[in-house]
Amino acid sequence: MEYLNIFLTETYKILFLLLPVLTSVALIVWLDRRVWAFVQKRKGPNVVGPFGLLQSLADALKYIFKEIIIPASANKVIFILAPIVTMTLALVAWAVIPFSETLVLADINVGILYLFAISSLGVYGIIMGGWASNSKYPFLGAIRSAAQMVSYEVSIGIIIINVLLCVGSLNLNDIVTAQKNIWFILPLFPMFVIFFISALAETNRPPFDLPEAEAELVAGYQTEYSGMMYAMFWLGEYANILLMCALGSILFLGGWLPPLETYPFNLISGPFWLIFKILLLFILFSLVKAIVPRYRYDQLMKLGWKIFLPFSLIWVVLTSGYLLYFNLLPK
Amino acid sequence: MIAHAIFFYIFSFIAVISALMVTVSKNTVHSVFFLILDFISISCLFIMIGAEFLGMIMVIVYVGAVAVLFLFVVMMLNVAKQKNTWFSTSAVSSHIPIGLLISLVIFFEIIIVIGGWKYKPNILNSISLNTSSEITNTHSLGYVLYTDYIHLFQLSGMILLVAMIGAIVLTFRQRSGLRRQSYFKQISREKNEGVELVEAENKKGVKIDV
Repeated sequence: MEYLNIFLTETYKILFLLLPVLTSVALIVWLDRRVWAFVQKRKGPNVVGPFGLLQSLADALKYIFKEIIIPASANKVIFILAPIVTMTLALVAWAVIPFSETLVLADINVGILYLFAISSLGVYGIIMGGWASNSKYPFLGAIRSAAQMVSYEVSIGIIIINVLLCVGSLNLNDIVTAQKNIWFILPLFPMFVIFFISALAETNRPPFDLPEAEAELVAGYQTEYSGMMYAMFWLGEYANILLMCALGSILFLGGWLPPLETYPFNLISGPFWLIFKILLLFILFSLVKAIVPRYRYDQLMKLGWKIFLPFSLIWVVLTSGYLLYFNLLPK
Repeated sequence: MIAHAIFFYIFSFIAVISALMVTVSKNTVHSVFFLILDFISISCLFIMIGAEFLGMIMVIVYVGAVAVLFLFVVMMLNVAKQKNTWFSTSAVSSHIPIGLLISLVIFFEIIIVIGGWKYKPNILNSISLNTSSEITNTHSLGYVLYTDYIHLFQLSGMILLVAMIGAIVLTFRQRSGLRRQSYFKQISREKNEGVELVEAENKKGVKIDV
């Protein structure tokens, strides 16, 4: 009976987290398309529902009723597993995101490592999809994407080390509370810029959307997917983008902390500040998509390995040297 | 405690079965996926005994980086086409004795290590390890790694660095006759050296020397 109780409460909590995340993924797709349209002086989706808010719902319905086609020469098990892996990993990572001091599903000691591990697993959904399709374009897309994600993970890891040097703990709530006096975006501004660009590359967003560069690879690793399986890839991708925005706002923008602990700001509670910051970062993401042209593959690799990696390594030395010299290292 | 035991048996069962499937499965890509499953369930076991840092690092390093490279190699070489036959053809069976020999050596090594645990009474076992709730796993690892074992830690770092440089030196080749893009040259181009206005005579044209 006791176990059943624990099981039920945990399920309730998980549902309470997952349903908002899934809903917001649907809404964020709409927002992305609206921002994109705005930059190009179009209207974007504005027909279904008020302001076109229900467009994603209509799309989802269309996907559900479409036929799922599995290529005859595909490796069936892995082909079906790939979108499931992408989707699951994108959702599982939300378990450790703190929405306020107490509002967190799993307040674990190594929260940031957990997030990093899950985001490094994300590459498997893509490789599996690309390989199992047994077709040239998906395979090329998958290989490109794997190389890209592995290389940008390295610089994200080193950026996280920079933040951890200032915090002295791997717990996400500790990282947020360490920014009580000053958000890390101010002292570590170059790292925030690099994090933002690496996050674009990590989530295969334009200008780094080479895995699905339609001019070269049709649709990259998802070429052979149709119906609900394609929609799952798509949802997983957007959930990952939201996750990266959440990670960015926790690491650099003070998570659920208000900008100032004074009267007009502390009226709004923590979760709303976090959501607000995530949305801000997401609008930046979609602006970049609308404005910047796609990178060439060798430029992408050069940027990752020859510019971001050395620069963030040098910044680690600088940060630790500064903290050591002024005796600011966290105890 | 029962739930703990159930989870332990679930994870260790998955770990053992997938380790078996790595060697048994015919498709090499499937083997790599089973290897990944094995890594993940072992990291779950690490987390269960309270070594959460080790578990996460296991996922990040082995699953996130090493296994991706494995997959790359296996997919690109198309090893899946080779037929896995055990003792039937002469071409394959020459590898089997060496493999058996190596696995026997590893097996005896494991026996020696475990025997050492069993018959040495004052060796530390996992129960007597000092795990206080105030110091987190990561901190306590750091305290040991950067104080008592700093030389070994640095040494292993140096070995990895040397291995990395060695790999780069072995695979690096300078190709001649390759035209590379130079951002510096491109950006520093001026209008007056890029474009030139020439009076072209009728029916004679302009001679351009490139």
